Amino acid sequence: MSADSSQSLLPDLLVEIRSVSFGYENNLVLRNIDLTVRRGQVVAILGPSGCGKTTLLRLIGGQLKPSRGEVMVDGLAVPQLDRDDLFQLRRKMGMLFQFGALFTDLSVFENVAFQMREHTDLPEEMITDLVLMKLHAVGLRGAHELMPAELSGGMARRVALARAIALDPMLILYDEPFAGLDPISLGVVSKLIRTLNDALGTTSVIVTHDVATSLDIVDYVYLISDGRVVAHGRVEEIRASSDPFVQQFIKGEADGPVAFHYPTGDYASMIFPGHGD
Amino acid sequence: MLLQPLAGIGGKANGLFSRVGLAGRFLLETVYYSGMCLRRPRLVIKEIYFVGVLSLAIIVVSGLFVGMVLGLQMYDTLDRFGSGEVVGMVVALSLVRELGPVLSAILFASRAGSAVTAEIGLMRATEQISAMEMMAIQPIARVVTPRFWAGVISLPLLTSIFNVTGILGGYLVAVNLLGVDGGMFWSEMQDSVDFRLDIMNGFDKSVIFAIAVSLVAVFEGYHATATAEGVSRATTRTVVISALLVLGLDFVLTAFMFRGI
Ligand SMILES: Nc1ncnc2c1ncn2[C@@H]1O[C@H](COP(=O)(O)OP(=O)(O)OP(=O)(O)O)[C@@H](O)[C@H]1O
Ligand SMILES: [Mg+2]
Repeated sequence: MSADSSQSLLPDLLVEIRSVSFGYENNLVLRNIDLTVRRGQVVAILGPSGCGKTTLLRLIGGQLKPSRGEVMVDGLAVPQLDRDDLFQLRRKMGMLFQFGALFTDLSVFENVAFQMREHTDLPEEMITDLVLMKLHAVGLRGAHELMPAELSGGMARRVALARAIALDPMLILYDEPFAGLDPISLGVVSKLIRTLNDALGTTSVIVTHDVATSLDIVDYVYLISDGRVVAHGRVEEIRASSDPFVQQFIKGEADGPVAFHYPTGDYASMIFPGHGD
Repeated sequence: MLLQPLAGIGGKANGLFSRVGLAGRFLLETVYYSGMCLRRPRLVIKEIYFVGVLSLAIIVVSGLFVGMVLGLQMYDTLDRFGSGEVVGMVVALSLVRELGPVLSAILFASRAGSAVTAEIGLMRATEQISAMEMMAIQPIARVVTPRFWAGVISLPLLTSIFNVTGILGGYLVAVNLLGVDGGMFWSEMQDSVDFRLDIMNGFDKSVIFAIAVSLVAVFEGYHATATAEGVSRATTRTVVISALLVLGLDFVLTAFMFRGI
Protein backbone atom coordinates (compact mmCIF):
# COMPACT_ATOMS: atom_id res chain seq x y z
CA MET A 1 0.00 0.00 0.00
CA SER A 2 0.98 3.61 -0.42
CA ALA A 3 3.17 5.22 2.22
CA ASP A 4 0.90 8.26 2.23
CA SER A 5 -0.28 8.64 5.81
CA SER A 6 -3.65 10.10 4.85
CA GLN A 7 -4.44 6.76 3.27
CA SER A 8 -4.86 5.16 6.67
CA LEU A 9 -7.67 7.58 7.53
CA LEU A 10 -9.77 6.42 4.61
CA PRO A 11 -11.92 3.35 4.92
CA ASP A 12 -9.86 0.35 3.96
CA LEU A 13 -12.56 -1.11 1.76
CA LEU A 14 -13.17 0.91 -1.37
CA VAL A 15 -15.97 -1.27 -2.73
CA GLU A 16 -18.33 -3.22 -0.53
CA ILE A 17 -21.12 -5.31 -1.94
CA ARG A 18 -23.32 -6.85 0.74
CA SER A 19 -25.87 -9.57 -0.04
CA VAL A 20 -26.81 -8.01 -3.36
CA SER A 21 -29.41 -9.56 -5.62
CA PHE A 22 -30.34 -8.22 -8.99
CA GLY A 23 -32.56 -9.33 -11.85
CA TYR A 24 -33.50 -8.02 -15.27
CA GLU A 25 -37.29 -8.15 -15.36
CA ASN A 26 -37.95 -11.64 -13.96
CA ASN A 27 -34.56 -13.14 -14.81
CA LEU A 28 -32.60 -13.21 -11.57
CA VAL A 29 -28.96 -12.63 -12.53
CA LEU A 30 -27.13 -12.02 -9.25
CA ARG A 31 -28.08 -13.90 -6.11
CA ASN A 32 -26.93 -12.73 -2.74
CA ILE A 33 -23.46 -11.59 -3.75
CA ASP A 34 -20.92 -10.51 -1.13
CA LEU A 35 -17.78 -8.93 -2.48
CA THR A 36 -15.26 -6.43 -1.16
CA VAL A 37 -12.34 -4.64 -2.77
CA ARG A 38 -9.54 -3.22 -0.67
CA ARG A 39 -8.01 0.10 -1.53
CA GLY A 40 -4.93 -0.29 -3.69
CA GLN A 41 -5.66 -3.85 -4.76
CA VAL A 42 -6.24 -5.35 -8.16
CA VAL A 43 -9.20 -7.69 -7.91
CA ALA A 44 -10.36 -10.06 -10.61
CA ILE A 45 -13.94 -11.17 -10.99
CA LEU A 46 -13.85 -14.37 -13.00
CA GLY A 47 -16.76 -16.33 -14.26
CA PRO A 48 -18.26 -17.97 -17.28
CA SER A 49 -20.00 -15.96 -19.95
CA GLY A 50 -23.40 -14.68 -18.95
CA CYS A 51 -22.90 -15.16 -15.21
CA GLY A 52 -23.50 -11.49 -14.48
CA LYS A 53 -20.03 -9.93 -14.40
CA THR A 54 -20.90 -6.89 -16.48
CA THR A 55 -24.06 -6.52 -14.44
CA LEU A 56 -21.96 -6.47 -11.29
CA LEU A 57 -19.76 -3.66 -12.67
CA ARG A 58 -22.88 -1.69 -13.59
CA LEU A 59 -24.09 -2.00 -10.01
CA ILE A 60 -20.77 -0.65 -8.75
CA GLY A 61 -20.94 2.24 -11.21
CA GLY A 62 -24.51 3.02 -10.20
CA GLN A 63 -25.95 2.40 -13.66
CA LEU A 64 -28.20 -0.26 -12.19
CA LYS A 65 -29.74 -0.46 -8.74
CA PRO A 66 -29.77 -3.75 -6.84
CA SER A 67 -33.16 -5.23 -6.00
CA ARG A 68 -31.77 -6.16 -2.59
CA GLY A 69 -28.58 -5.52 -0.66
CA GLU A 70 -26.06 -2.72 -0.39
CA VAL A 71 -23.46 -1.35 -2.78
CA MET A 72 -20.93 0.96 -1.11
CA VAL A 73 -18.13 2.75 -2.94
CA ASP A 74 -15.72 4.95 -1.01
CA GLY A 75 -18.08 4.84 1.96
CA LEU A 76 -21.12 6.00 -0.04
CA ALA A 77 -24.24 3.93 -0.66
CA VAL A 78 -24.33 4.11 -4.46
CA PRO A 79 -28.01 3.24 -5.11
CA GLN A 80 -29.17 5.97 -2.71
CA LEU A 81 -27.08 8.76 -4.22
CA ASP A 82 -28.87 11.50 -6.12
CA ARG A 83 -27.70 12.38 -9.59
CA ASP A 84 -25.24 15.10 -8.59
CA ASP A 85 -23.59 13.01 -5.89
CA LEU A 86 -23.44 10.01 -8.18
CA PHE A 87 -21.75 12.11 -10.86
CA GLN A 88 -19.36 13.46 -8.23
CA LEU A 89 -18.42 9.90 -7.33
CA ARG A 90 -18.15 8.83 -10.96
CA ARG A 91 -15.59 11.55 -11.62
CA LYS A 92 -13.29 9.45 -9.48
CA MET A 93 -14.08 6.26 -11.40
CA GLY A 94 -12.89 5.07 -14.77
CA MET A 95 -14.65 2.37 -16.72
CA LEU A 96 -13.53 0.31 -19.66
CA PHE A 97 -16.63 -0.93 -21.46
CA GLN A 98 -16.78 -4.48 -22.75
CA PHE A 99 -17.24 -3.25 -26.31
CA GLY A 100 -15.09 -0.15 -26.03
CA ALA A 101 -17.91 2.38 -26.44
CA LEU A 102 -15.58 4.86 -28.11
CA PHE A 103 -17.24 8.05 -29.33
CA THR A 104 -17.49 7.35 -33.03
CA ASP A 105 -17.72 11.01 -34.05
CA LEU A 106 -14.43 11.91 -32.33
CA SER A 107 -10.87 11.01 -33.24
CA VAL A 108 -8.75 8.78 -31.02
CA PHE A 109 -7.08 11.86 -29.58
CA GLU A 110 -10.38 13.56 -28.80
CA ASN A 111 -11.76 10.40 -27.26
CA VAL A 112 -8.96 10.32 -24.73
CA ALA A 113 -9.12 14.09 -24.25
CA PHE A 114 -12.88 14.02 -23.78
CA GLN A 115 -13.05 14.00 -19.99
CA MET A 116 -10.18 16.47 -19.68
CA ARG A 117 -12.10 18.92 -21.83
CA GLU A 118 -15.39 18.30 -20.07
CA HIS A 119 -14.19 18.30 -16.50
CA THR A 120 -11.05 20.42 -16.36
CA ASP A 121 -9.79 23.77 -17.59
CA LEU A 122 -6.36 22.44 -18.52
CA PRO A 123 -4.55 24.43 -21.21
CA GLU A 124 -4.42 22.87 -24.65
CA GLU A 125 -0.69 22.03 -24.49
CA MET A 126 -1.16 20.13 -21.27
CA ILE A 127 -4.09 18.19 -22.68
CA THR A 128 -1.96 17.28 -25.70
CA ASP A 129 0.86 16.07 -23.47
CA LEU A 130 -1.43 14.05 -21.24
CA VAL A 131 -3.33 12.45 -24.10
CA LEU A 132 -0.17 11.47 -25.95
CA MET A 133 1.23 10.06 -22.72
CA LYS A 134 -1.85 7.90 -22.18
CA LEU A 135 -1.82 6.77 -25.80
CA HIS A 136 1.87 6.02 -25.58
CA ALA A 137 1.20 3.77 -22.60
CA VAL A 138 -1.10 1.60 -24.72
CA GLY A 139 1.23 1.79 -27.72
CA LEU A 140 -1.05 3.88 -29.91
CA ARG A 141 0.54 7.32 -29.88
CA GLY A 142 0.96 7.02 -33.64
CA ALA A 143 -2.76 6.41 -34.09
CA HIS A 144 -4.00 9.59 -32.42
CA GLU A 145 -5.39 11.08 -35.62
CA LEU A 146 -7.42 8.05 -36.64
CA MET A 147 -11.17 7.79 -36.23
CA PRO A 148 -12.56 4.86 -34.20
CA ALA A 149 -13.95 3.28 -37.38
CA GLU A 150 -10.39 3.01 -38.70
CA LEU A 151 -9.15 0.95 -35.74
CA SER A 152 -9.00 -2.80 -35.40
CA GLY A 153 -10.92 -4.40 -32.55
CA GLY A 154 -7.83 -4.75 -30.37
CA MET A 155 -6.68 -1.20 -31.08
CA ALA A 156 -10.13 0.18 -30.19
CA ARG A 157 -9.96 -1.69 -26.89
CA ARG A 158 -6.59 -0.16 -26.09
CA VAL A 159 -7.86 3.33 -26.92
CA ALA A 160 -10.81 2.68 -24.64
CA LEU A 161 -8.33 1.67 -21.97
CA ALA A 162 -6.38 4.90 -22.45
CA ARG A 163 -9.63 6.81 -22.15
CA ALA A 164 -10.65 4.97 -18.98
CA ILE A 165 -7.42 5.98 -17.27
CA ALA A 166 -7.37 9.51 -18.70
CA LEU A 167 -8.07 11.33 -15.45
CA ASP A 168 -6.13 8.95 -13.18
CA PRO A 169 -9.26 7.75 -11.38
CA MET A 170 -9.33 6.37 -7.85
CA LEU A 171 -11.19 3.25 -8.97
CA ILE A 172 -10.94 1.68 -12.41
CA LEU A 173 -13.46 -0.89 -13.58
CA TYR A 174 -12.23 -2.98 -16.48
CA ASP A 175 -14.80 -5.05 -18.37
CA GLU A 176 -12.89 -7.71 -20.30
CA PRO A 177 -9.67 -5.72 -20.81
CA PHE A 178 -7.94 -8.72 -22.39
CA ALA A 179 -10.52 -9.70 -24.99
CA GLY A 180 -9.33 -9.50 -28.58
CA LEU A 181 -5.71 -8.61 -27.81
CA ASP A 182 -2.74 -10.25 -29.53
CA PRO A 183 -0.17 -11.88 -27.21
CA ILE A 184 2.14 -8.85 -27.22
CA SER A 185 -0.60 -6.32 -26.48
CA LEU A 186 -1.96 -8.73 -23.92
CA GLY A 187 1.33 -8.75 -22.05
CA VAL A 188 1.69 -4.97 -22.27
CA VAL A 189 -1.88 -4.23 -21.25
CA SER A 190 -1.89 -6.61 -18.32
CA LYS A 191 1.38 -5.17 -17.02
CA LEU A 192 0.03 -1.68 -17.61
CA ILE A 193 -3.00 -2.37 -15.45
CA ARG A 194 -0.78 -3.59 -12.66
CA THR A 195 1.74 -0.74 -12.99
CA LEU A 196 -0.93 1.95 -13.13
CA ASN A 197 -2.51 0.55 -10.06
CA ASP A 198 0.72 0.59 -8.08
CA ALA A 199 2.13 3.84 -9.44
CA LEU A 200 -1.02 5.91 -9.02
CA GLY A 201 -2.32 4.19 -5.92
CA THR A 202 -5.59 3.37 -7.65
CA THR A 203 -7.78 0.36 -7.13
CA SER A 204 -8.76 -1.87 -10.00
CA VAL A 205 -11.55 -4.33 -10.60
CA ILE A 206 -11.05 -6.57 -13.61
CA VAL A 207 -13.91 -8.58 -14.99
CA THR A 208 -12.69 -11.30 -17.31
CA HIS A 209 -12.76 -14.92 -18.30
CA ASP A 210 -9.06 -14.91 -19.14
CA VAL A 211 -7.94 -16.88 -16.12
CA ALA A 212 -4.26 -17.32 -16.92
CA THR A 213 -3.54 -13.65 -17.63
CA SER A 214 -5.51 -12.32 -14.74
CA LEU A 215 -4.04 -14.68 -12.18
CA ASP A 216 -0.61 -13.35 -13.11
CA ILE A 217 -1.37 -9.75 -12.20
CA VAL A 218 -4.11 -9.60 -9.59
CA ASP A 219 -4.06 -9.74 -5.78
CA TYR A 220 -7.42 -11.25 -5.11
CA VAL A 221 -9.90 -13.32 -7.07
CA TYR A 222 -13.66 -13.78 -6.97
CA LEU A 223 -15.10 -16.66 -8.93
CA ILE A 224 -18.71 -16.26 -9.90
CA SER A 225 -21.02 -18.79 -11.40
CA ASP A 226 -24.74 -18.69 -11.95
CA GLY A 227 -25.00 -15.39 -10.11
CA ARG A 228 -23.29 -16.55 -6.93
CA VAL A 229 -19.79 -16.18 -5.55
CA VAL A 230 -18.53 -19.76 -5.58
CA ALA A 231 -14.98 -19.13 -4.41
CA HIS A 232 -12.76 -16.25 -3.47
CA GLY A 233 -9.28 -15.83 -2.15
CA ARG A 234 -5.79 -14.66 -2.82
CA VAL A 235 -4.24 -15.88 -6.03
CA GLU A 236 -2.18 -18.62 -4.33
CA GLU A 237 -5.24 -19.87 -2.48
CA ILE A 238 -7.23 -20.06 -5.68
CA ARG A 239 -4.47 -21.88 -7.53
CA ALA A 240 -4.15 -24.35 -4.69
CA SER A 241 -7.87 -24.84 -4.23
CA SER A 242 -9.24 -28.34 -4.55
CA ASP A 243 -12.76 -27.13 -5.23
CA PRO A 244 -13.93 -28.88 -8.42
CA PHE A 245 -15.50 -25.73 -9.76
CA VAL A 246 -12.30 -23.74 -9.31
CA GLN A 247 -10.26 -26.48 -10.94
CA GLN A 248 -12.64 -26.75 -13.87
CA PHE A 249 -12.59 -23.04 -14.44
CA ILE A 250 -8.84 -22.65 -14.13
CA LYS A 251 -8.12 -25.57 -16.41
CA GLY A 252 -10.91 -24.73 -18.83
CA GLU A 253 -12.67 -28.08 -19.00
CA ALA A 254 -16.08 -28.41 -20.61
CA ASP A 255 -17.35 -30.97 -18.13
CA GLY A 256 -17.70 -30.23 -14.49
CA PRO A 257 -19.89 -28.32 -12.09
CA VAL A 258 -20.30 -25.46 -14.59
CA ALA A 259 -22.57 -26.21 -17.50
CA PHE A 260 -21.24 -25.01 -20.85
CA HIS A 261 -24.78 -24.84 -22.25
CA TYR A 262 -27.34 -22.15 -21.52
CA PRO A 263 -30.13 -23.91 -19.62
CA THR A 264 -32.57 -25.53 -22.04
CA GLY A 265 -34.51 -28.70 -22.70
CA ASP A 266 -33.15 -32.05 -23.80
CA TYR A 267 -31.10 -31.76 -27.03
CA ALA A 268 -32.60 -34.83 -28.71
CA SER A 269 -36.19 -33.78 -28.07
CA MET A 270 -35.48 -30.34 -29.57
CA ILE A 271 -34.02 -31.77 -32.78
CA PHE A 272 -36.51 -34.60 -33.13
CA PRO A 273 -39.81 -33.35 -31.77
CA GLY A 274 -41.84 -36.31 -30.69
CA HIS A 275 -38.67 -38.36 -30.32
CA GLY A 276 -39.46 -39.50 -26.80
CA ASP A 277 -43.10 -40.40 -27.54
CA MET B 1 -65.23 -10.28 -26.35
CA LEU B 2 -66.71 -6.94 -27.31
CA LEU B 3 -64.40 -5.22 -24.93
CA GLN B 4 -61.26 -6.48 -26.57
CA PRO B 5 -61.08 -4.04 -29.52
CA LEU B 6 -62.02 -1.23 -27.15
CA ALA B 7 -59.27 -2.23 -24.79
CA GLY B 8 -56.91 -2.32 -27.74
CA ILE B 9 -57.79 1.23 -28.72
CA GLY B 10 -57.53 2.33 -25.11
CA GLY B 11 -54.11 0.74 -24.80
CA LYS B 12 -52.89 2.47 -27.96
CA ALA B 13 -54.24 5.83 -26.83
CA ASN B 14 -52.69 5.34 -23.43
CA GLY B 15 -49.33 4.55 -25.03
CA LEU B 16 -49.62 7.60 -27.27
CA PHE B 17 -50.42 9.94 -24.40
CA SER B 18 -47.63 8.65 -22.22
CA ARG B 19 -45.22 9.11 -25.11
CA VAL B 20 -46.39 12.66 -25.62
CA GLY B 21 -45.88 13.25 -21.91
CA LEU B 22 -42.39 11.76 -22.07
CA ALA B 23 -41.55 13.97 -25.03
CA GLY B 24 -42.79 17.02 -23.15
CA ARG B 25 -40.62 16.18 -20.18
CA PHE B 26 -37.71 15.55 -22.52
CA LEU B 27 -38.20 19.01 -24.04
CA LEU B 28 -38.08 20.57 -20.57
CA GLU B 29 -34.92 18.63 -19.72
CA THR B 30 -33.35 19.68 -23.00
CA VAL B 31 -34.06 23.33 -22.28
CA TYR B 32 -32.90 22.93 -18.68
CA TYR B 33 -29.53 21.50 -19.77
CA SER B 34 -28.99 24.04 -22.55
CA GLY B 35 -26.45 26.03 -20.55
CA MET B 36 -23.62 24.01 -22.07
CA CYS B 37 -24.57 25.21 -25.55
CA LEU B 38 -24.28 28.81 -24.41
CA ARG B 39 -20.94 28.21 -22.75
CA ARG B 40 -19.59 26.23 -25.69
CA PRO B 41 -21.26 27.52 -28.87
CA ARG B 42 -18.78 25.50 -30.88
CA LEU B 43 -20.77 22.33 -30.08
CA VAL B 44 -23.85 23.87 -31.68
CA ILE B 45 -21.95 25.27 -34.64
CA LYS B 46 -20.57 21.84 -35.46
CA GLU B 47 -24.09 20.40 -35.48
CA ILE B 48 -25.43 23.32 -37.53
CA TYR B 49 -22.93 22.25 -40.14
CA PHE B 50 -24.27 18.70 -40.12
CA VAL B 51 -27.98 19.41 -40.03
CA GLY B 52 -28.06 22.80 -41.73
CA VAL B 53 -25.26 23.22 -44.20
CA LEU B 54 -25.48 19.66 -45.47
CA SER B 55 -29.23 20.11 -46.06
CA LEU B 56 -28.64 23.15 -48.27
CA ALA B 57 -28.44 21.21 -51.51
CA ILE B 58 -31.76 19.42 -51.12
CA ILE B 59 -33.46 22.63 -49.94
CA VAL B 60 -32.16 24.73 -52.84
CA VAL B 61 -32.95 22.16 -55.50
CA SER B 62 -36.42 21.40 -54.12
CA GLY B 63 -37.19 25.08 -53.68
CA LEU B 64 -36.26 25.81 -57.26
CA PHE B 65 -38.44 23.05 -58.67
CA VAL B 66 -41.40 23.81 -56.44
CA GLY B 67 -41.21 27.46 -57.50
CA MET B 68 -41.00 26.51 -61.17
CA VAL B 69 -43.98 24.17 -60.96
CA LEU B 70 -45.97 26.79 -59.07
CA GLY B 71 -45.13 29.30 -61.76
CA LEU B 72 -46.36 26.97 -64.51
CA GLN B 73 -49.57 25.93 -62.75
CA MET B 74 -50.54 29.32 -61.46
CA TYR B 75 -49.86 31.08 -64.74
CA ASP B 76 -51.98 28.56 -66.55
CA THR B 77 -54.96 29.21 -64.28
CA LEU B 78 -54.49 32.95 -63.90
CA ASP B 79 -54.11 33.51 -67.61
CA ARG B 80 -57.61 32.20 -68.18
CA PHE B 81 -58.86 35.22 -66.29
CA GLY B 82 -56.45 37.48 -68.10
CA SER B 83 -54.37 38.21 -65.05
CA GLY B 84 -51.20 36.25 -65.78
CA GLU B 85 -48.99 39.04 -64.46
CA VAL B 86 -50.04 38.45 -60.82
CA VAL B 87 -48.29 35.07 -60.94
CA GLY B 88 -45.37 36.56 -58.96
CA MET B 89 -47.65 37.45 -56.10
CA VAL B 90 -49.37 34.08 -56.06
CA VAL B 91 -46.10 32.17 -56.14
CA ALA B 92 -44.63 34.29 -53.34
CA LEU B 93 -47.71 34.02 -51.13
CA SER B 94 -48.01 30.25 -51.56
CA LEU B 95 -44.36 29.78 -50.73
CA VAL B 96 -44.02 32.19 -47.85
CA ARG B 97 -47.25 31.28 -46.13
CA GLU B 98 -47.51 27.54 -46.69
CA LEU B 99 -45.26 25.59 -48.98
CA GLY B 100 -41.97 27.03 -47.75
CA PRO B 101 -42.35 26.23 -44.06
CA VAL B 102 -44.16 22.91 -44.60
CA LEU B 103 -42.01 21.44 -47.35
CA SER B 104 -38.76 22.64 -45.79
CA ALA B 105 -39.74 21.05 -42.50
CA ILE B 106 -40.61 17.74 -44.13
CA LEU B 107 -37.44 17.75 -46.23
CA PHE B 108 -35.43 18.70 -43.16
CA ALA B 109 -36.97 15.84 -41.16
CA SER B 110 -36.06 13.33 -43.86
CA ARG B 111 -32.58 14.68 -44.50
CA ALA B 112 -31.36 15.87 -41.09
CA GLY B 113 -33.89 14.64 -38.51
CA SER B 114 -33.47 11.02 -39.54
CA ALA B 115 -29.68 11.39 -39.44
CA VAL B 116 -29.80 12.86 -35.94
CA THR B 117 -32.07 10.05 -34.74
CA ALA B 118 -29.82 7.40 -36.24
CA GLU B 119 -26.72 8.99 -34.77
CA ILE B 120 -28.06 9.31 -31.23
CA GLY B 121 -29.69 5.87 -31.46
CA LEU B 122 -26.41 4.30 -32.51
CA MET B 123 -24.66 6.08 -29.67
CA ARG B 124 -27.09 4.40 -27.32
CA ALA B 125 -26.78 1.01 -29.04
CA THR B 126 -22.98 1.09 -28.80
CA GLU B 127 -23.05 2.21 -25.16
CA GLN B 128 -21.57 5.63 -25.91
CA ILE B 129 -24.40 7.20 -23.92
CA SER B 130 -23.69 4.91 -20.97
CA ALA B 131 -19.99 5.65 -21.26
CA MET B 132 -20.74 9.35 -21.07
CA GLU B 133 -22.89 8.86 -17.99
CA MET B 134 -20.10 6.84 -16.38
CA MET B 135 -17.78 9.76 -17.06
CA ALA B 136 -20.17 11.95 -15.08
CA ILE B 137 -21.24 13.85 -18.17
CA GLN B 138 -24.94 14.47 -18.71
CA PRO B 139 -25.62 13.06 -22.21
CA ILE B 140 -28.66 15.27 -22.64
CA ALA B 141 -26.44 18.31 -22.21
CA ARG B 142 -23.56 17.05 -24.34
CA VAL B 143 -25.34 15.08 -27.07
CA VAL B 144 -28.97 16.14 -27.23
CA THR B 145 -29.02 19.90 -26.69
CA PRO B 146 -26.47 20.86 -29.38
CA ARG B 147 -28.37 18.85 -31.98
CA PHE B 148 -31.71 20.20 -30.84
CA TRP B 149 -30.66 23.84 -30.99
CA ALA B 150 -28.83 23.33 -34.24
CA GLY B 151 -32.11 22.12 -35.74
CA VAL B 152 -34.09 24.98 -34.22
CA ILE B 153 -31.64 27.50 -35.67
CA SER B 154 -31.16 25.84 -39.05
CA LEU B 155 -34.70 25.12 -40.19
CA PRO B 156 -36.02 28.71 -40.22
CA LEU B 157 -32.92 29.75 -42.18
CA LEU B 158 -33.35 26.86 -44.60
CA THR B 159 -37.00 27.83 -44.98
CA SER B 160 -36.00 31.36 -45.98
CA ILE B 161 -33.60 29.95 -48.52
CA PHE B 162 -36.30 27.62 -49.81
CA ASN B 163 -38.66 30.59 -50.25
CA VAL B 164 -36.07 32.68 -52.05
CA THR B 165 -35.04 29.95 -54.48
CA GLY B 166 -38.71 29.08 -54.99
CA ILE B 167 -39.52 32.66 -55.98
CA LEU B 168 -36.50 32.66 -58.29
CA GLY B 169 -37.79 29.44 -59.85
CA GLY B 170 -41.18 31.03 -60.35
CA TYR B 171 -39.50 34.05 -61.92
CA LEU B 172 -37.50 31.88 -64.30
CA VAL B 173 -40.61 30.13 -65.54
CA ALA B 174 -42.96 33.12 -65.60
CA VAL B 175 -40.61 35.70 -67.06
CA ASN B 176 -38.11 33.74 -69.13
CA LEU B 177 -40.39 30.95 -70.32
CA LEU B 178 -43.94 32.30 -70.36
CA GLY B 179 -43.12 35.90 -71.15
CA VAL B 180 -44.64 37.70 -68.15
CA ASP B 181 -43.20 41.19 -67.73
CA GLY B 182 -40.39 41.12 -65.14
CA GLY B 183 -41.32 44.47 -63.63
CA MET B 184 -44.94 43.40 -63.19
CA PHE B 185 -43.81 40.14 -61.61
CA TRP B 186 -41.93 41.94 -58.85
CA SER B 187 -44.23 44.91 -58.34
CA GLU B 188 -47.36 42.75 -57.95
CA MET B 189 -45.45 40.72 -55.43
CA GLN B 190 -44.27 43.79 -53.52
CA ASP B 191 -47.76 45.26 -53.38
CA SER B 192 -49.47 42.19 -52.03
CA VAL B 193 -47.04 40.41 -49.74
CA ASP B 194 -47.38 41.88 -46.27
CA PHE B 195 -44.32 41.72 -44.06
CA ARG B 196 -46.10 41.08 -40.79
CA LEU B 197 -49.04 39.02 -41.99
CA ASP B 198 -47.25 36.88 -44.55
CA ILE B 199 -43.53 36.83 -43.97
CA MET B 200 -43.50 36.92 -40.19
CA ASN B 201 -46.32 34.41 -39.87
CA GLY B 202 -44.48 32.10 -42.23
CA PHE B 203 -41.32 32.56 -40.21
CA ASP B 204 -43.15 31.83 -36.96
CA LYS B 205 -44.50 28.65 -38.51
CA SER B 206 -41.02 27.54 -39.48
CA VAL B 207 -39.75 28.18 -35.94
CA ILE B 208 -42.54 26.06 -34.47
CA PHE B 209 -41.92 23.32 -37.04
CA ALA B 210 -38.21 23.49 -36.24
CA ILE B 211 -38.87 22.91 -32.55
CA ALA B 212 -41.27 20.06 -33.33
CA VAL B 213 -39.04 18.28 -35.85
CA SER B 214 -35.87 18.69 -33.80
CA LEU B 215 -37.60 17.45 -30.67
CA VAL B 216 -38.96 14.39 -32.47
CA ALA B 217 -35.50 13.63 -33.90
CA VAL B 218 -33.57 13.82 -30.63
CA PHE B 219 -36.36 12.19 -28.61
CA GLU B 220 -36.68 9.19 -30.92
CA GLY B 221 -32.91 8.77 -31.07
CA TYR B 222 -32.41 9.03 -27.34
CA HIS B 223 -35.19 6.55 -26.61
CA ALA B 224 -34.36 4.11 -29.39
CA THR B 225 -34.13 0.46 -28.44
CA ALA B 226 -30.43 -0.32 -28.22
CA THR B 227 -30.26 -2.60 -31.27
CA ALA B 228 -29.82 -2.15 -35.01
CA GLU B 229 -33.50 -2.88 -35.50
CA GLY B 230 -34.46 -0.42 -32.80
CA VAL B 231 -32.43 2.33 -34.44
CA SER B 232 -33.95 1.68 -37.85
CA ARG B 233 -37.47 1.80 -36.38
CA ALA B 234 -36.67 5.03 -34.57
CA THR B 235 -35.39 6.60 -37.78
CA THR B 236 -38.55 5.69 -39.65
CA ARG B 237 -40.67 7.00 -36.80
CA THR B 238 -38.84 10.33 -36.87
CA VAL B 239 -39.71 10.88 -40.52
CA VAL B 240 -43.31 9.72 -40.23
CA ILE B 241 -44.13 11.49 -36.99
CA SER B 242 -42.40 14.69 -38.11
CA ALA B 243 -44.34 14.79 -41.36
CA LEU B 244 -47.70 14.19 -39.67
CA LEU B 245 -46.90 16.62 -36.90
CA VAL B 246 -45.89 19.34 -39.34
CA LEU B 247 -49.03 18.94 -41.43
CA GLY B 248 -51.26 18.84 -38.35
CA LEU B 249 -49.59 21.83 -36.73
CA ASP B 250 -49.77 23.68 -40.03
CA PHE B 251 -53.53 23.41 -40.09
CA VAL B 252 -53.85 24.68 -36.54
CA LEU B 253 -51.37 27.51 -37.05
CA THR B 254 -52.94 28.58 -40.33
CA ALA B 255 -56.35 28.66 -38.71
CA PHE B 256 -55.08 30.97 -36.01
CA MET B 257 -52.81 33.15 -38.09
CA PHE B 258 -54.74 33.81 -41.26
CA ARG B 259 -58.35 33.28 -40.28
CA GLY B 260 -58.14 34.68 -36.82
CA ILE B 261 -60.26 31.91 -35.32
N1 LIG C 1 -30.22 -5.41 -20.60
C1 LIG C 1 -30.53 -6.66 -20.29
N2 LIG C 1 -31.83 -7.06 -20.23
C2 LIG C 1 -32.17 -8.30 -19.89
N3 LIG C 1 -31.28 -9.27 -19.57
C3 LIG C 1 -29.97 -8.96 -19.61
C4 LIG C 1 -29.53 -7.64 -19.96
N4 LIG C 1 -28.18 -7.61 -19.89
C5 LIG C 1 -27.82 -8.85 -19.53
N5 LIG C 1 -28.86 -9.66 -19.35
C6 LIG C 1 -28.82 -11.05 -18.91
O1 LIG C 1 -28.13 -11.07 -17.69
C7 LIG C 1 -27.22 -12.14 -17.64
C8 LIG C 1 -25.84 -11.61 -17.24
O2 LIG C 1 -25.39 -10.69 -18.21
P1 LIG C 1 -23.96 -10.03 -18.11
O3 LIG C 1 -23.84 -9.10 -19.27
O4 LIG C 1 -23.79 -9.44 -16.76
O5 LIG C 1 -22.99 -11.27 -18.30
P2 LIG C 1 -21.41 -11.32 -18.29
O6 LIG C 1 -21.01 -12.11 -17.12
O7 LIG C 1 -20.84 -9.97 -18.43
O8 LIG C 1 -21.11 -12.16 -19.61
P3 LIG C 1 -19.91 -12.03 -20.65
O9 LIG C 1 -18.73 -12.62 -20.02
O10 LIG C 1 -20.39 -12.85 -21.82
O11 LIG C 1 -19.77 -10.59 -20.97
C9 LIG C 1 -27.24 -12.83 -18.99
O12 LIG C 1 -27.90 -14.05 -18.82
C10 LIG C 1 -28.05 -11.93 -19.87
O13 LIG C 1 -28.92 -12.71 -20.67
MG1 LIG D 1 -19.89 -8.95 -19.88
